[in-house]
Amino acid sequence: MQRQRAAWVTGLGIVSSLGEGQDAHWQALARSPVAAAKIDNSSHAPYAVHPLSAVDIDRLIPSRADRKQMGAWQRLGVHAAGLALDDAGVAGNEQILEYMDLVVAAGNGERDESFDARLLDQICALSTREAAATLNAALASGLRPTLYLGELSNLLAGNIQIVHKVTGSSRTLKGEELAGFSAIEDATRRIAAGQADIVLAGGALNAERNDLLLNYELADSLWAMPFAPVWERSRAGGGFVPGSAAAFLVIEASDHALKRGARAYARISATTSDRVLRAEAGDIAASLRRLGDRLPIGQADHVLGVLSGASGVEPATSEEYSFLKDWIGVPQQRASARAYGTLLGHSVEAHFPIGVALACLALDRNGFFEPFEDNALEVPCTVPPERILVTSVGHWRGEGLALIERVDSSARMA
Amino acid sequence: MGNNLKDAQGRPVVAVTGMGLVTSLGWGKAANWAQLALGRSGIRTITRFPTDGLRTTIAGTVTCADGHPGSTPELTFAMARSAAEEALIQAGMTESPGFPGPMFVATPPAELEWPQRKALFEHPSGEGLQGYDRLLAAARTGDFKSMFETFQFATVADHLATALAPRGLPVSVSTACASGATAIQLGVEAIRRGETDAALAIGTDSSVQLEALIRFSLLSALSTRNEPPQRASRPFSKGRDGFVMAEGAGVLVLESLERAQARGAKCLGIIRGCGEMADDYHRTRSKPDGTAIIGAIRNALRDAGAAPEEIDYVNAHGTSTPENDKMEYLSLKAVLGDHLEVTPVSSNKSMIGHTLSAAGAIEAVLSFMMIENSLLLPTINYDEPDPDIPLDVVANAARRGIVRTVLSNSFGFGGQNAALVLAAAP
Repeated sequence: MQRQRAAWVTGLGIVSSLGEGQDAHWQALARSPVAAAKIDNSSHAPYAVHPLSAVDIDRLIPSRADRKQMGAWQRLGVHAAGLALDDAGVAGNEQILEYMDLVVAAGNGERDESFDARLLDQICALSTREAAATLNAALASGLRPTLYLGELSNLLAGNIQIVHKVTGSSRTLKGEELAGFSAIEDATRRIAAGQADIVLAGGALNAERNDLLLNYELADSLWAMPFAPVWERSRAGGGFVPGSAAAFLVIEASDHALKRGARAYARISATTSDRVLRAEAGDIAASLRRLGDRLPIGQADHVLGVLSGASGVEPATSEEYSFLKDWIGVPQQRASARAYGTLLGHSVEAHFPIGVALACLALDRNGFFEPFEDNALEVPCTVPPERILVTSVGHWRGEGLALIERVDSSARMA
Repeated sequence: MGNNLKDAQGRPVVAVTGMGLVTSLGWGKAANWAQLALGRSGIRTITRFPTDGLRTTIAGTVTCADGHPGSTPELTFAMARSAAEEALIQAGMTESPGFPGPMFVATPPAELEWPQRKALFEHPSGEGLQGYDRLLAAARTGDFKSMFETFQFATVADHLATALAPRGLPVSVSTACASGATAIQLGVEAIRRGETDAALAIGTDSSVQLEALIRFSLLSALSTRNEPPQRASRPFSKGRDGFVMAEGAGVLVLESLERAQARGAKCLGIIRGCGEMADDYHRTRSKPDGTAIIGAIRNALRDAGAAPEEIDYVNAHGTSTPENDKMEYLSLKAVLGDHLEVTPVSSNKSMIGHTLSAAGAIEAVLSFMMIENSLLLPTINYDEPDPDIPLDVVANAARRGIVRTVLSNSFGFGGQNAALVLAAAP
């Protein structure tokens, strides 16, 4: 085995319905009750979404030409990436950006909804033969050529390269929630093995789009009832409320961070993941138990916080609930969980990066978030956790667990 | 003894012990090789959907014995599964309960296509509603659940995971046209880290559907030389006017050489080095000075510990677009210098078109087959060399030659570049 290096998080960029940056998220999550959640119930009724707060996501994208080439999802991600680079103190540092690696979790970008609607109206009134000819002509003349570039999965990364000059390497991972997990895991493993020194990893989701809602509603995955916190939704069949959000993290080898005098929020000390077919009830919980056994948690000698990425979709959410309840021993005194999707909504590819970012924030600020609902998992946490377990259970597929730990105060600053 | 099991940097040597292939020329390595060695083209007129009024009407479509399965993800899965089964049989790995390592899959975008959108729109539940409200009303009926499972980004890899039972979470990757090479790189890195001693690298793409064709066409990326289709893809020649979209899958079973030797598996070759570098210049064009492409190739050589003079043959990205082929030449010249003059170069895309997310994996499979057969596959349609690209192109007919070390390039839209150094078994 090769030497293992510690993977520190040295920069955070978070944007969501709660605002932009660490302070906005810390205040909303640590001090406000659930009423702080920002929800738009009308624009996409009967579905609710957590809309992006009124932040200027173009502030770090100075070129108008660049902005014109991007979809809203890409601009949001490019903005969060810029915040993370800035926070880590490497924005504009060409010497470092040149070898910094980039791993992005992405779905795809916004379609032109009114164009789709017009065209469907037209072709559905025609015979098959006429419809085909109309479709060809309309697509060839009506699609904006650069729209494709605003939609392609790997072009969020492409735009981060262009705007922020991160050019060591660039990889885009796809596959809903677990793409976000794999992105952070790939960064952490490469750093641990000496295959990378500093990596920008994260994802973005624009939830305020009907084409995205359609994609998930095909499997009845959306929550279309009055707002309810994540765990509570299982009683009514479950469902997720999409949330616009983006999170990017600068993950860095501890020796690299120390050498440049960078400050660590926390370290990513373990990641483990699997994918089971979910054929039988209990398969998801069993998969999570196997993953949990691989983590170096053991008997709690420190308080363990849990930031659950539960979506609200069934059966994934109630199986995760039973896993957390049985396996970790919650609600005993020394562990306490929060489903952060209650406040932020579910952000699919960006959801796990957001969970890791929030874990870093809590460890750095020596506190934890107030319970978002009243149940056996979300018990008050009186002692700040030393370690936070972040869970990622895909609403359809994939299970992942990560352990984020406090960096000793003597080691965290050069 | 055992000295060849680690490379110069002390990392496990990564062997290839099984390969599988599907292209527009056929299903399986043997069927493909027979055609490719003769310089045959798999490019044909599109019949899958009406092409009336379109500027480009040709592609390297893959045909199935029982017809097209209905959508990009379904054919993407079918090709990858077939190629993976071929690879696992060759590797002698069909006995175990599942593949004994992780799986990395390069896949195309997943999105509802027009036939699906139309079916939703015409569902009676949406009567009286407009646009997406109408589509959402149809979705709410629950009648379209299978559509969800087909069009998730994780779908192709997930269905492959069900079929092949690899370890852990399958990883789907996109670096556009470099995706196939990136999937190989992810596998190589995992083995080098010591996390696993086997990995499955898959590149698969079946993007020939109406909207994708039109979108590439609107970016002026595609050849419009529709007649005859077989003559359209002409990398490095003067009259090249764009790439030809194509479908296919390439699969490689990667193993530590140590594991391969221990179980007596035949080593088909080794992945000696991987290199990447991202461009910060433009979404579809590379930096005029070629720094990112040059950097990716240099990084691959450095990772392989290979001198430029060791490269016996370049399996070019060679898309047949005016821009790519010129930039690739300039970059090769910058890295290989005078050695380029005596290095044969060819582009498989002249025959099988540009298989997009699959290209890097397919071209790696073909590179190892060239090493094994001591035969360099040709660049067909090379009848008018571009004077600005003075390469030793393997022109029009296959060429005999002993090859030990191959440089295989893959450059993607979005400035995501990857290069691999592939070598004969030690």
